[in-house]
Amino acid sequence: MGTVLAQLPVRTPSVDWTGLLPVLLPAAGALVLLMVRSLVPSRLMPEMVDAVWTFAVAVAGLVSVVVLWQRDADIEAFGGQLVMDRIALFVAAVVLGSVALAAPTLPRYCRRVEVASAELCVLALLAAAGAVVMAGAADLIVLFLGLETMSIAAYVMAALNLRRLESLEAGLKYFVLGAFSTAFLLFGIALVYGATGTTNLDGIAGYLDTYIVLRDGMLLAGLAMLLVGLGFKVAAAPFHAWAPDTYVGAPTPVTALMASAVKAAGFAALIRVFVEALGTRADDWRPAVFALACATLAVGSVLAAVQSDAKRILAYSSISHAGFILVGVQAASDEGVAAVLFYLAAYAVIAVGSFTVVAVLSGQRDDRTGLDTLAGLGAGRPALALGLTILLLAQAGVPFTSGFVAKFSVIAAAVEARSYWLAVVAMVSAVVAAFAYLRMVVAMYFRDPGDEADTAEQASKPAIGIGAGAVIVVAVLLTVAMGVVPGVLESLSSTAAGL
Amino acid sequence: MSALASTSFPAALTVLVLVPAAGALVLLAMPRTRPDLFKPVALVASTVSAALAVWVLAEFDAGSAAVFQFWQQYEWISGWGVSWQVGVDGLSLFLVVMTALIFPLAIVGVDAEHSPKPYYAWMLVLEAGCLGTFLALDLVMFFVFFEIVLVPMYFLIGGWGHGRRAYAAIKFFLFTMFGSALMLVAIVALAFLHSSASGGAVTFDLTAIAESQVLATNTARWLFLAFALAFAVKVPLFPVHTWLPDAHTNAPTAGSVILAAVMLKLGTYGLVRFGLYLFPEASVYFAPLMITLGVIGIIYGAIAAAMQRDLKRLVAYSSVAHLGFIVIGTFALNTEGLTGGVLQMVNHGVSTGALFLLVGMIYERRHSREISELGGLQKPAPLLAAVFMVVMLSSVGLPGLNGFVGELLVLLGAFNAHRWWAVVAAAGVILAAVYLLWAYQRVFHGPASGANAEIPDLRWREGLVMVPFIAAIVFMGVYPKPVIERVEPAVDAIIAHVEDNVPGFSEPVADVHPSVSLEDLARSTDKADHNGGGAEHGEEGG
Repeated sequence: MGTVLAQLPVRTPSVDWTGLLPVLLPAAGALVLLMVRSLVPSRLMPEMVDAVWTFAVAVAGLVSVVVLWQRDADIEAFGGQLVMDRIALFVAAVVLGSVALAAPTLPRYCRRVEVASAELCVLALLAAAGAVVMAGAADLIVLFLGLETMSIAAYVMAALNLRRLESLEAGLKYFVLGAFSTAFLLFGIALVYGATGTTNLDGIAGYLDTYIVLRDGMLLAGLAMLLVGLGFKVAAAPFHAWAPDTYVGAPTPVTALMASAVKAAGFAALIRVFVEALGTRADDWRPAVFALACATLAVGSVLAAVQSDAKRILAYSSISHAGFILVGVQAASDEGVAAVLFYLAAYAVIAVGSFTVVAVLSGQRDDRTGLDTLAGLGAGRPALALGLTILLLAQAGVPFTSGFVAKFSVIAAAVEARSYWLAVVAMVSAVVAAFAYLRMVVAMYFRDPGDEADTAEQASKPAIGIGAGAVIVVAVLLTVAMGVVPGVLESLSSTAAGL
Repeated sequence: MSALASTSFPAALTVLVLVPAAGALVLLAMPRTRPDLFKPVALVASTVSAALAVWVLAEFDAGSAAVFQFWQQYEWISGWGVSWQVGVDGLSLFLVVMTALIFPLAIVGVDAEHSPKPYYAWMLVLEAGCLGTFLALDLVMFFVFFEIVLVPMYFLIGGWGHGRRAYAAIKFFLFTMFGSALMLVAIVALAFLHSSASGGAVTFDLTAIAESQVLATNTARWLFLAFALAFAVKVPLFPVHTWLPDAHTNAPTAGSVILAAVMLKLGTYGLVRFGLYLFPEASVYFAPLMITLGVIGIIYGAIAAAMQRDLKRLVAYSSVAHLGFIVIGTFALNTEGLTGGVLQMVNHGVSTGALFLLVGMIYERRHSREISELGGLQKPAPLLAAVFMVVMLSSVGLPGLNGFVGELLVLLGAFNAHRWWAVVAAAGVILAAVYLLWAYQRVFHGPASGANAEIPDLRWREGLVMVPFIAAIVFMGVYPKPVIERVEPAVDAIIAHVEDNVPGFSEPVADVHPSVSLEDLARSTDKADHNGGGAEHGEEGG
């Protein structure tokens, strides 16, 4: 004992703890909430506290991101395993912003659907922490840690609606297929390690820059497996099969988070691994991503167009948006990265907003999401209908919304990289997807005169609640603002991409 | 082309676009409890725009009509080289004025059948979008406005239309969006290729790109096709016209008026400004194709119109035929043809806009547009019949009315460029007389029976709305000189631009003896039946 004490003060490696705040805040916030909830009897602590706490923690995280952004220097921690550079901070902002935007819906939603709000909030914060780690990972192992932290939290969140069978199915499907894809990812990491001798992303890039790998079978196999593993996470076709069922079955606010935060983290990892670490092998992986993007765009938009359930339409449309973002990844350039970041931010806002509208309408068990639930919304709740319409038009890429600017930026990146046909495929699939959104608008506004009589009385008048209302208003305002004055976000994403 | 900024009111055109948009926002913020105020607010906003457009017309310097006037540029997305750039020249001047004038008329002339607040708000958004498209001098800004007009029209058709309105609205939206999807790729590709070929920064500035002409021939042809597809859908050219009859038939009256008068012109205007001007070589190369499609449209539209049972559908198909004339005039690639094409854009807007208003009035009275159910309307409603007669004859191209001037110039130009196609197109003029006069005969002549005998004549408000239309029809038919004077310099500049940039191309002109000069024509159109209106004149009695 005495010898130990003699060593005081203990010498620890210097870690820039403030630089890690975007990770530490949500992680610590989750643990604090978990502890307080298990110690304090629930009658002393209203359910509201969970969501308020989550919102506060996410906003605090956002503030820390803004402060770190001003520092204008990459923050390395743990011996360069975690690097909070501008890309990481941008994605962290998207992730934490999504959580902050999704949180106000929770109190009312959880009370109505009887979902345990404490668990949901804890898991959401943990998933956010994992997502930020993924965005900042400078090593494949750290990337894997972040991915698992995020995914496991997401699996459980998907299954949280215990009264609904589909929710359990969603969790199970997500878990089994997610674990399967994780195996691919790990195998890919191992093979890349075997080929380059390092798991450090900079190390891999440096190795491939310096040496020509003559027998590159192992590297290529590793690359393919990494693509499959990450393709699962961002729901790129043909690895998308889990997504529609999971999105539809999961509690709707969770779906919103999966479409925004989880997707953003997945794409951050794709950029890190492929554009940055494997950038020198772009000629090898670009054709694969090209095919992946085409398939994702086609599957997402065509299948979205034939659905008859609003939540499922949005689920497939989320796949089609992933296709668009892949178009930006495929460009393998700084412009492409900037476009991907812009798209992620724009789509996160749109996704949380749209799914929040669905959450408001989805009834006691969170399962009334058919197109007919939208019927008469234009008359019953004109403001809500207008909000959803703007968000849907943004998804279709109509000008003066962030959706248009986002699409424009990925198309520009693809054209600059001379991928003309991919750009054409993307735009054509946008038209197909627009059909799906227009069908939702038709359901809201253009009822046939025949059934005017019976729907007029029960014109859809769901209770919205202050929280969800505020979320939708903010999402719509952000979407329009980013569309009318895109310069601000454009310069942020360009700066992040190093342009 | 250089550009002139206005000294007295530099932001005139920007304000012109923003006033209707602001009006829409005001409407959105108004309480639902005062439904009587919605229409006046919409009317005020659109009238302010109209007054501003008339001021622009008065201040427009006819001597330098080839130059963009009232030019103004602001930064928009500077990181991507996108700017807010507006200006008006002889090509767009009258389209802008017509657009700004026709909106208040459509708003005052037709009441919303229900939910007035969103109806008028969408009308104002539509006006802002249309004006922005005609004024934009930046490729991305143009695309943004070209695309945004779909949304209000989609809601107008779907929300206030008749019949299969949801189907028609979706079809309209998707067809047009598909066309412009490829145009967006082409716009981006054009900007990047231009910057790498010229070594400058990426810019979407229309004049900068058009004046430098650095693209490889083959590339420019591909890009032209992508642009042309977008415009062909909008015009609409055969075979991508199928959305038009559905959209027109099911749209509310004001929607049809705007669709025909203004929105179809977005396509023809685009073909001139973003076809001829941006891709002169490709335009010459593809001119035979475009003229062929135009001629097919003329004949096909006329035959289809003649077969219609629904009066509104008939007028819709007549638009397909009339727009064919504009396209052949444009791609005749000479001064007469293109001047005629630009005139016809305005003429068709006035005549067909008025026709749709009149058809709407008939529908409101009879709740039917079936030609077979109508008949003898002349007896109970002589004034309506007289107005319909004048408008219909202008659409036929009767000398002395506006349609004649444009069609004659188009045919002159086309005859010099592609003689036999012009002959076939001239047959379209005769067919127009056939289907329109026949329709008029069936609707207004004969004995009025049943409900037809009891319809009221034009009301004061309806009559007053028609006065500007009739005035424009007669004025531009009798004395088109002020219009031609302002259009022609811009047209000459475009033709000269094409000649300069296409080796071996010179404007197709008459090779035997000088064609009728425009001054002669302007002086003599009131007695034009003596010098060239034979075909039209011959059909007058039919």
